[in-house]
Amino acid sequence: MLSASEILSTVEMISQQHLDIRTVTMGISLRDCCDSDPAACADKIYEKICRKAERLVPTAQAIEREFGIPIINKRVSVTPIAIACESSDTEDYVPFAKAMDRAADALGIDFIGGFSALVQKGYTGGDHALINSIPEALASTNKVCASVNIGSTKAGINMNAVAEMGRVIKKAAELTSDRGGFACAKLVVFCNAVEDNPFMAGAFHGVGEPGCVINVGVSGPGVVHHALQSCKGQPIDVVAETIKRTAFRVTRMGQLVAQEASARLNVPFGIVDLSLAPTPAVGDSVADILEEMGLESVGAPGTTAALALLNDAVKKGGVMASSNVGGLSGAFIPVSEDAGMIRAAKSGFLTIEKLEAMTCVCSVGLDMIAVPGDTSAETISGIIADEAAIGMINNKTTAVRIIPAPGCGVGDVVEFGGLLGSAPVMPVNTKSCKELVDRGGRIPAPIHSLRN
Amino acid sequence: MKKCILSVVGKDKVGITAGVCGVLANAGVNILDINQTILQEYFTMVVLVDIDTSSLGFGQIAERLENYGKESGMEIHIQREEIFDAMHRI
Repeated sequence: MLSASEILSTVEMISQQHLDIRTVTMGISLRDCCDSDPAACADKIYEKICRKAERLVPTAQAIEREFGIPIINKRVSVTPIAIACESSDTEDYVPFAKAMDRAADALGIDFIGGFSALVQKGYTGGDHALINSIPEALASTNKVCASVNIGSTKAGINMNAVAEMGRVIKKAAELTSDRGGFACAKLVVFCNAVEDNPFMAGAFHGVGEPGCVINVGVSGPGVVHHALQSCKGQPIDVVAETIKRTAFRVTRMGQLVAQEASARLNVPFGIVDLSLAPTPAVGDSVADILEEMGLESVGAPGTTAALALLNDAVKKGGVMASSNVGGLSGAFIPVSEDAGMIRAAKSGFLTIEKLEAMTCVCSVGLDMIAVPGDTSAETISGIIADEAAIGMINNKTTAVRIIPAPGCGVGDVVEFGGLLGSAPVMPVNTKSCKELVDRGGRIPAPIHSLRN
Repeated sequence: MKKCILSVVGKDKVGITAGVCGVLANAGVNILDINQTILQEYFTMVVLVDIDTSSLGFGQIAERLENYGKESGMEIHIQREEIFDAMHRI
């Protein structure tokens, strides 16, 4: 039999250290929902999502109950709508977002992702229509998340799309100015987007995926933080080993939940995403882990090195615990969703420039960052281009989820509530990059993309 | 056999084991193993049970135990054994 201390350590991880499954995400293909009549297409989308995910929430709740492990979010991701709806005879894709939102409400899920377009090399008609519809689609729905992939290591960076996304983000913020620019919290601009990501706002069901699939995202910054408290003053190798062991345990639990959900729903298991996803709750922070390693505040010199170690150790520990690892897999550093990051940003020790450096060594990128409402579209595009360049050159996923908070300046705090937390408005370099952004065109793929 | 693990933690007092076992017996749950100790003045007990012998479902058994936990001021969790195996055994 298992020892009492092993059992109690698991119970304590769940009850005291916020160990949870962040999300069980069902990926659903909408490739069979095409129709030249947009209303018929929207109906097909609604019907298919509701049919496939009908048992998702009750099944996840039963697993939560029996295994005693909280599953914080139940989500659905779908085929990028720019692909699924391209044959519809319309330029207005907002009704498709509304159909997704209605399905999400009917199912009782927390978020639905896939209001997306992949334009790393260029646009099709559907991509144009979707991107134009993003601000209104996000402003008029609650649970729909949008993402646009504007670059990749293989294709380079589509600078026309980068410029356009700066304007889209500004417009999305304006349309939801009464809610602090909330629409922008549901919009991610990617470089090297992955097809099996279970995390929002960037989840979509890639074209190479099966008809329906279950992906699971784990969490557990609190557990790692707690484990590190027992190795104060010890060499950094001990820290790495401790994180690996903890990540292994956390991921085994994710794998178990993924297999169980897949078996009960009779849907193939896709991947476990090895992630340390924080929440705004005290004790569930990635920043706390970095500070536990010996930083006075996250953002101090040494932060990037500490984060690199954390990110790598999480992967090394997690990869053996799961049969299939995928998604974004790494530590997340969303500012508004992490109590420690919020604290450091408010006090000025964590800047956008430092965050940009941190994104070179961890999963994703500049995430949930509020900037002054008067930040220009071109400056936002410049930030997106910088982040995409990091992803393109380093063969990794990077993303920007930025909120130009309407009417707010540095020092203000924008409240989003729930998992999205509260974002302190951070200062942005005010020198212009307009001429660069206005050039348009495409940054060619880097030399190391030629691998064949 | 559907094995579950029951963990009971709280301030030590007379009759905790008897109380928990009574709830299990009433529910028709078979006890396979018990491990009990006092850790830093706290009573801790881990019980391996088979709930297949019960006519009640997992949810009903869990509810009875949680109610008893509230009455007696103990923290009681019941979870499927697989989660502990996954986390602590390769």
